[in-house]
Amino acid sequence: MTSIKQNDTPDALPDFRNLGVVARILIAVNLMALAAALYSATGWMHARDRFVEAAALVEPMLLTIVLVLYIVAPRLQRMNYLAGCAAVLAVALLFALATHTYWARSEALASGLGRTLVLTAIAVALLLGYFRLRARAYSPALAEARLQALQARIRPHFLFNSLNAVLSVIRRDPRRAERALEDLADLFRTLMSDARQFVRLADEIALLERYASLEQLRLGDRLRVAWEIDAAPSDALLPPLVLQPLLENAVYHGIEPGTGIGEVLVHVERRGDRVLARIENPYHPEHQHRAGNRMALENIRERLMLFFDAEARIETRVVDGRFRVEIEMPYRTERGPAS
Amino acid sequence: MSPLRIFIADDEAPARERLRELLDDIAGEVPSEVVGESRNGVETVERVPGSGANVVLLDIQMPGIGGIEVARHLSRLPDGPAVVFVTAHDRHAVEAFELNALDYLLKPVRAPRLAAALKKAQSAGPPAAANLERADARAREYLPVSERHRIVLVPVAEVLFLKAEQKYVTLRTREREFLVEESLVSLEQEFADRFVRVHRNCLVARAAIRGFERAAAGDEEAHWLVKLEGLSEGLAVSRRQWPTLRALVADK
Repeated sequence: MTSIKQNDTPDALPDFRNLGVVARILIAVNLMALAAALYSATGWMHARDRFVEAAALVEPMLLTIVLVLYIVAPRLQRMNYLAGCAAVLAVALLFALATHTYWARSEALASGLGRTLVLTAIAVALLLGYFRLRARAYSPALAEARLQALQARIRPHFLFNSLNAVLSVIRRDPRRAERALEDLADLFRTLMSDARQFVRLADEIALLERYASLEQLRLGDRLRVAWEIDAAPSDALLPPLVLQPLLENAVYHGIEPGTGIGEVLVHVERRGDRVLARIENPYHPEHQHRAGNRMALENIRERLMLFFDAEARIETRVVDGRFRVEIEMPYRTERGPAS
Repeated sequence: MSPLRIFIADDEAPARERLRELLDDIAGEVPSEVVGESRNGVETVERVPGSGANVVLLDIQMPGIGGIEVARHLSRLPDGPAVVFVTAHDRHAVEAFELNALDYLLKPVRAPRLAAALKKAQSAGPPAAANLERADARAREYLPVSERHRIVLVPVAEVLFLKAEQKYVTLRTREREFLVEESLVSLEQEFADRFVRVHRNCLVARAAIRGFERAAAGDEEAHWLVKLEGLSEGLAVSRRQWPTLRALVADK
């Protein structure tokens, strides 16, 4: 899955290999079982017993179905939505039947296969409906995230100062000026590209280098960038403009308020099936009032969630007088998740 | 007419370079010479007085002190320069400039606009202190102290106490003492959230207060001393201020 273009294909099945999706299914089905137990019981203790009783059947059934969906997830992704729904329903019913038959034989739970199958179908329908609504609810947010990417990503402060810096080198060093304008063009091309599409890590890193080169022109010796990117998996996919705003923040909050030389660290590596990125800058607590930092971080957090759900995280902290942002996300390539 | 003496304050080297080029370009219309440069607010305040500048081109987003505070310090100079603010993009500042009749340039700066601003600055002279104060009503972050005819800026955060002597106010940091040419009353007003009055002639930094101890017997007015971090001697607390201070410490 290299795209989450939900506007072009309005309905899509959830990714059954996503941790967040799996967790939601498990919680939802258990809540349904709990609700059923509460409804049918005569008292609290009775409800507990009913729930435990039901769990004995529901849990193995649920886990089996989730496991099978996990296995066939790539196939399901390739189907169109309705066929996919039918396939999910078929999988659920088939394994509900299998589990029920096996369990009913060993336990005294022959409480009617028909009802089990109907309940399973209802649960599947409810969950698919929920995931469809959820996907729809988030697509405006996605469009908005894209807008934010266009409007708030590059600070006007950076744009005008960069143009000013380019103007200042045009006469002395026309080639340097040309290079700077090319960098600026690349940066804006990315800013105006489709924010819903994954990009390759190599491209995002190239963008970081262009950006750093522009800042270098403006700030000269004051900015030092340490690149630790040898272990970065260039084929990893990530949402666009996840790292660039962090570097921009690092320069804006870490270098510009300082009168001396400051170093920004860019570290990207692959660790197993995860991609780790870390950006560090000198910390100036007295300048935290410069607005915009939180907003950029929230924007990135939201987009990571839209792309990776619960599988990505972003954290910030201050370590030894340096401000550090860490991002962890799953290692995905165009060939699919890492195996 | 003698050329305008111009001081350029900007933390980005290319931006300073650009202004020099533009000044060259408009030299036919507005003759000028660059008499000094600086890369941050503190440098600007310290170097402008000795440079003999008539006009300061002042970037408002430099490390250290905000541009308007720099202008406020410059406006206290006896023969203060005119100030033209320069900003790449700062909506709030631009609004404040507009409201208070302060001239500014937007980066990238255009030559004709620069020429116009310099001519205007030449005739208008230094900005009015009152306008600057209205443009940025926050308390300053530095206090100017005079030292051998130069201005030195002391960060307000480093000040332990301010004490009025006969004619002037002394300012004490952990390391040493300076003279301030401002009244204790106006300082008390501006920095009300940072300093508290312990005596009719003394303000101490709230953050530096470490405790109180009884004064030696025989002192008529004070029977308590306030102890400050990094200072061995205590400062007398007047009877009148004692209840306020005691409440302050109880809150801590």
